[in-house]
Amino acid sequence: MKITELFKQGEFVVSAEVGPPKGFHIEEMVESAKKYLSKVDAINVTDCQSSVMRIGSLAVCKTLKDAGLNPIFQLACRDRNRIALESDLLSAALFGIDNVLALTGDHTKLGDHPDAKPVFDLDSVSLLHTMCLLEQGKDLGGNDLVGEPPKFAKGAVVSPCSDSVDAQLMKMERKVAAGAEYFQTQAVFEPEKFIKFMEQAKQFGKPVMLGIIIPKSVGMCKFMNNNVAGISVPDSMLDELRADKEKTKAGVTGVEIAARIIRECRPYCQGVHIMSLGWEDKIPELLEKAEIR
Amino acid sequence: MLITELKSKDVIESLISGKSFIINCHGCMEVRFPEKEADALEKDLVQAGKVTGIVTTDYICNPDNLKLQLKNHAEEIDAADSILVFSCGVGVQTAADLYPDKPVYAACDTIRLPGYQGVTPLETDCGQCGTCYLNLTGGICPITACSKSLVNGQCGGAKNGMCEVDPEMECGWERIYRRLKALGRLDAMRCPTQLHNFATDEATRECKES
Repeated sequence: MKITELFKQGEFVVSAEVGPPKGFHIEEMVESAKKYLSKVDAINVTDCQSSVMRIGSLAVCKTLKDAGLNPIFQLACRDRNRIALESDLLSAALFGIDNVLALTGDHTKLGDHPDAKPVFDLDSVSLLHTMCLLEQGKDLGGNDLVGEPPKFAKGAVVSPCSDSVDAQLMKMERKVAAGAEYFQTQAVFEPEKFIKFMEQAKQFGKPVMLGIIIPKSVGMCKFMNNNVAGISVPDSMLDELRADKEKTKAGVTGVEIAARIIRECRPYCQGVHIMSLGWEDKIPELLEKAEIR
Repeated sequence: MLITELKSKDVIESLISGKSFIINCHGCMEVRFPEKEADALEKDLVQAGKVTGIVTTDYICNPDNLKLQLKNHAEEIDAADSILVFSCGVGVQTAADLYPDKPVYAACDTIRLPGYQGVTPLETDCGQCGTCYLNLTGGICPITACSKSLVNGQCGGAKNGMCEVDPEMECGWERIYRRLKALGRLDAMRCPTQLHNFATDEATRECKES
């Protein structure tokens, strides 16, 4: 089901994320998704996230769909040229996967195959443009598609707490112009920055889903602060995580923090996207504490 | 070796609103420059009253040399709304660095040829990709200044202005954004979605034979 339909109905849309494993035994992942993610509206399947080679996003999307879940096919431009990207979009259409998230993708040098050729034939913007063309029954070579054209709910990402937020807004504008229909954001730990960002972003009239990572530990937050673009966990949150080590270890503090961020930001956005990084089992409790489900 | 090819007359004319100062570089032996075609086009622009002055020189990729060559043209440059550069991509970028407050436009595309690449005395680089983007990017090359050679704006991977791939390198697109903002030209980023043409990364047979 297209996630855009839910926005149209005025729903506060919830998506979560699963990271496929390095191998083809995904039974455990699918069981975990069925168990913990049955109440979310859609599930992102990452595409060799962080440039680490894993089983393909499309195959996992198809498996989740067969299990009765609603996948979002993350499609990155790092590993495929325009022929492969267009071809995979048609394959997605064949499987009835109609939610696609267009990503440029991390650089190959940051992953576990640093010697690989970085492709970037297209980028997130031109990939959105490509999806629009396919929807009109044309490919990038100017050729006609055979039969009825595919239709996608076309998503994109934006980084609202980036230290260059003006440039991010400009890129967001380009993505909207290229056909983006909704946005998922980088993880937010500073609600005031997100709210300020949304004051600007609302001019584009596209639904924005607040990105959430459940903070697992002080070490994880420090790592993100030092290494992940667009993420800055404030000292006050680090202190909260330090206060009761057992509570933090059990995930209680992290869920409390995440729920609070969602409650504060909810009036300013149209949905929430939870990147649980292995803590799928915490999602039902988080949604409850955030007063969403 | 490289070849510079004139952009179409329509494209060049569309760049110039008001008057322009022209820099021609007939620099290094490694470049084949379309001298006759450029000359004819410049004559047309002069006749249309769109040119405040012309300098024809060499090695404008050397900033000190370029400064020296332009020393006696300060008034003509002041009177111009933009600077139009007929050179390879390095020359255009050097001129854009020298005049950060004035739009500097590339009149040529630069195409790679096998062989000796010349001596570029600075870090500024031209990818010789055959589709010069400098007119959309404030004279900073996204092919060489961005680790992913993105042509539609920055990715989300810069931290404190530095590239995620090379922490020693500033994010090229953040530089482009700042340059365009300073020039009052952020509208350039609202151009149609760019699709890079990889067919022009290598010179065609006709190109090599011409």
